[in-house]
Parts: sequence; C-alpha cells; structure tokens
Amino acid sequence: MIKIEQFLQQVFNGITLGSIYALVALGYTMVYGIIKLINFAHGGIYMIGAYVGYFCMTFLKIGFFPSLLSAMTICTLLGVTIEKIAYKPLRNATRIAALITAIGVSLFIEYGTMFFVKADVRSYPALTGLLAQKFAVGGFNVSMLQVLILVITVALMFLLQITVKKTRIGKAMRAVSLDKDAAELMGINVNSTITFTFAIGSALAGAAGVLVGIYYTSINPLMGTMPGLKAFIAAVFGGIGLIPGAMIGGYFIGMVEVMVSGYGNSMYRDAVVFGILILVLIVKPAGLLGKNTREKV
Amino acid sequence: MLEIKDLYVHFGVINAIKGISLKVNDGNIVTLIGANGAGKTTTLRTASGLKKPASGQILLDDEDITHTSAQYRVQRGISHAPEGRRVFPTMTVLENLELGAFLRKDKQGIKADLKRVYELFPRLHERRRQSAGTLSGGEQQMLAIGRALMSRPRILFLDEPSMGLAPLLVQEIFRIIRDINSTGTTILLIEQNASMALQIADYAYVMETGSIVISGSGAELMQSEDIKKAYLGG
Ligand SMILES: Nc1ncnc2c1ncn2[C@@H]1O[C@H](COP(=O)(O)OP(=O)(O)O)[C@@H](O)[C@H]1O
Ligand SMILES: [Mg+2]
Repeated sequence: MIKIEQFLQQVFNGITLGSIYALVALGYTMVYGIIKLINFAHGGIYMIGAYVGYFCMTFLKIGFFPSLLSAMTICTLLGVTIEKIAYKPLRNATRIAALITAIGVSLFIEYGTMFFVKADVRSYPALTGLLAQKFAVGGFNVSMLQVLILVITVALMFLLQITVKKTRIGKAMRAVSLDKDAAELMGINVNSTITFTFAIGSALAGAAGVLVGIYYTSINPLMGTMPGLKAFIAAVFGGIGLIPGAMIGGYFIGMVEVMVSGYGNSMYRDAVVFGILILVLIVKPAGLLGKNTREKV
Repeated sequence: MLEIKDLYVHFGVINAIKGISLKVNDGNIVTLIGANGAGKTTTLRTASGLKKPASGQILLDDEDITHTSAQYRVQRGISHAPEGRRVFPTMTVLENLELGAFLRKDKQGIKADLKRVYELFPRLHERRRQSAGTLSGGEQQMLAIGRALMSRPRILFLDEPSMGLAPLLVQEIFRIIRDINSTGTTILLIEQNASMALQIADYAYVMETGSIVISGSGAELMQSEDIKKAYLGG
C-alpha cells in the first residue's frame, strides 16, 4: 500500500525538481516565442550558471544569494553574447541553419568548459545555518533547501510575469513575438527586444543552475544536456512559446520523473519523459495551452 | 513632404522596384494604384524602413531618411497601416492601440488620441477589452488604422485598407480616410479599388511591374482612357 506521507514526500520532491525544469523551460519558450529558434545552447547556459555559483561559493565565499545573483548576471552576459555572435547573423537564414548553429554553440560551451574546469564532477558547497535545516511536517521531511528553491522559483516567475505583462519592454516582447514587422512599425526596436529576451531567459537558466547545484550537490560540464532536453520537452508539453505553458510543463515533467523513480523504476525515468514528448507531438503538437493552428506562412 | 527619388528595390534576383520617383505633398491624399504584384506594397515597406532599398533616396522634409531605422521614421512622423492589417491577434484592442503610441511619452496626448480614435471608430471602443484576433475583418482594419494614428503621424501610409470588406464598409473606410486627412494628416494610400481612390486623391501614381507609368491629379486620371480601360473596368 502506498503511504500517504511517502506520497506527499514525492510530491514535494517533484515540485522541487519541477521548479528547476520550469526555470529552464521558460528560457526555451521565450526564445522560441520570439525568434522561433530552439536554443539548444540553453542547457549549456544552465551549466555555466551552476559553475559560476560553485566558484563564487567555494572560492570567493560570497554566500548563497550573492552567488545566485552573480550566476544570473554572468549567464545574462553569456546569453546576450551568444545571441549577438551566433544567432543574429542568421536572423534571415533558414530555421534549420540556426538550429544547427545552436547545437554547435551547445557543444562549444560544454566542451569549452570541460577544457577549462576538467571533466571531473565537483561537489557543491553545502549550505549552512538556517538554509541547511530540515524539519518534519506531519510524517514527511521538508528541507529548507527545497523551500528555498520553491520560493526563489516562484519569485522569479512572478517577476517575469510582471515584466512581460506590465512593462514597456514586456509589451515590446509580446509584440515582437506576435509579428516582427508590425512591431517594427510601432517603433519597437526588434533587435534589442530579442536581445532582452535572451538576457531574461539566460538569467533564469543561471538561477536554475545554482539551485540544481545546491540541491543535487554535484556538477559537471555535461550536466546541462539532459535537463536541457527535459526542459525543452516541458516547454513543448505546455505549448512552446507560451510562458504559462513552460511553467506548467516544468512542474509536470518534474512530477512525472519523481513519481516514476519513486513508484516505478528509475531506469525508466528518462524513457517516460521522452515518451511524453512523442505522445504530445502526435496528439497535440501545439501543447497543453497551445492552439492547434497550421503554421502561417 | 515625403519624396522618393529613383528608388530600386530587389528581392534576391527579382527587381521589385525599378527606379521610381514620387512626391507626397503635405496635407494631400496621394494614391498609388496598380495591379497585383506591381510593387506598391514594397514601395511603402521601403518608405517606412521595413525593407532596405538597393539604391535611391527617401526624403522626409528634405531630410535623407533612406538609411534610418523604422523606429526613427516613426519618431519623425511616418506611420504605416500595413497590408493585411497585421493587428496583434492575442492582444486586446486597447493593447494594440497603446502599442501604436509605443514611442510617445506624453500621457495626456496619448489619452486624447485614444479618445479621438474611439470617436472615429466607436466599434473599437465597444470592443476595447476583446482580443484583436476575434474582430471581424472590417473591425481589424479599423484597429490597424486606429493603431497607426496613435503615433500621431504627420504622414499615414495605408496599404489596401478596403481589401476584403463589404461595399458599405468600404464607403465607411473611405469617409474616415477623408476625415483623418481633413485634420491635417497627409495620406499615402494604396488601393485596388482604383475608382474610389482616385475620387478622394489629390494626386495619383499608377504602377506597373515596378515602375510608375502614369501620374496626375485624381480627376485627370479618372478621365484618362488608358486608366479607364485598365483599372476602372472600361
Ligand atoms: N518577400 C518577398 N520575396 C520575394 N519577392 C517578393 C517579396 N515581396 C514581394 N515580392 C515581389 O515583388 C513584387 C512586388 O510585390 P508587391 O510590392 O507586394 O506588389 P503589390 O503590393 O503591388 O501587389 C512582386 O513580383 C512580388 O512577387
Ligand atoms: Mg500589396
């Protein structure tokens, strides 16, 4: 019989993992929404975020929150640079050209990082004090770490929503993602709006990298590949290009993964997630929140 | 005054515009007519900065704006309601209109212009909270024009505003174009409906395969036998 405490424990673990996927999925979906590019380099940015956090905490010893902010800042710069160097020159090229470039950039980041930091797995510094606490609620354990991850994720999503819905640049982002020419006719600077989108998406991936580091406590240069793909699946599941879709998709995939590991066999975890991708593409390619429309030419 | 001088525009190997020149005087309605594929839309898109020309010049009040951004041209008073309306479908009518005023900072002025657009198009006011994609074709056209007015342009480009509309609505749109012009906004109008366009135009240009073949006042062109044959149905 399934124990309710155990089940709740798994739900909470699923929410934690889902938070991380959701943060990464947001970057995928925003970039896709605005330039129709699946930015496969995104998992690499997430990995860089984890390493920046690691170096800040281990060597600079500046504490968790400053490290988180540093990782977000560096990832923002990295994302913007990648966009400028690799994608902008291909703005009018075919989508497949940009996609192949994205895969190239992804490999470049991963193996470039491996060159500098070696392929070794590194241990994330443990959090101390209040953040390291665990407490039992009812029959299940909640760690402050999980609470922290959830709170940070929700706060970042809230900020993102405010930015997209209420600010001038957010309105520009929505306009550009709907119709670039029309946006330009409104006087919107399309290029800087695209750059800004990369900046935000990369900052979120950087944050996710640090959070995953403190949660799983080990990082390596190829750590972004699998979560990158899964976050991409999360984005597709929710409806690629749709911000709420990425959030829902992230939590869904996180939950599925944890449940399959907890109650089934963790060997099948990845297979199930990729099975979901195939299922979504067959049944509802536009995703949970997407409208099934033919692509307009 | 908007002036286009010896403009050439290419799409790869296709020469869409082959050395056209035209003038739009302040306060006028100028129309550009011609068959499908003649290059009318490309002319407007080049003038508003969406498409880079191969050579030639675009002058706004004697300032060379040929190599400036679309953004700059909006700031300088050009506004363009594009072919096919191109409203932002998942945004509300109000959000679309607000985007039209994207570069403006004068809150009071924006408010006044919003009021004016709602007076011109009461339907837009009724539907201000509805998403633009759910509007009818005619309403979307009104929104596209209203949105273009929200930048308070000195010169307004309209690309086939009557396309796909019922005859009664076409009348209405033309009445509104006149109305907008009477408040001092210069208009460069592209139309398939040549007879309606010539009736309200101070001056008209006829395009054929990338060149301007005839020009003259609206009244003159309406009398021309060639024009009657080719564009006015006999
Ligand atoms: N994006 C494009 N790519 C290639 N050719 C184009 C493009 N847009 C327009 N053209 C070509 O340029 C010519 C002029 O088109 P257009 O300006 O749309 O004409 P009109 O508005 O008078 O119907 C046509 O031959 C058209 O096929
Ligand atoms: Mg056209």
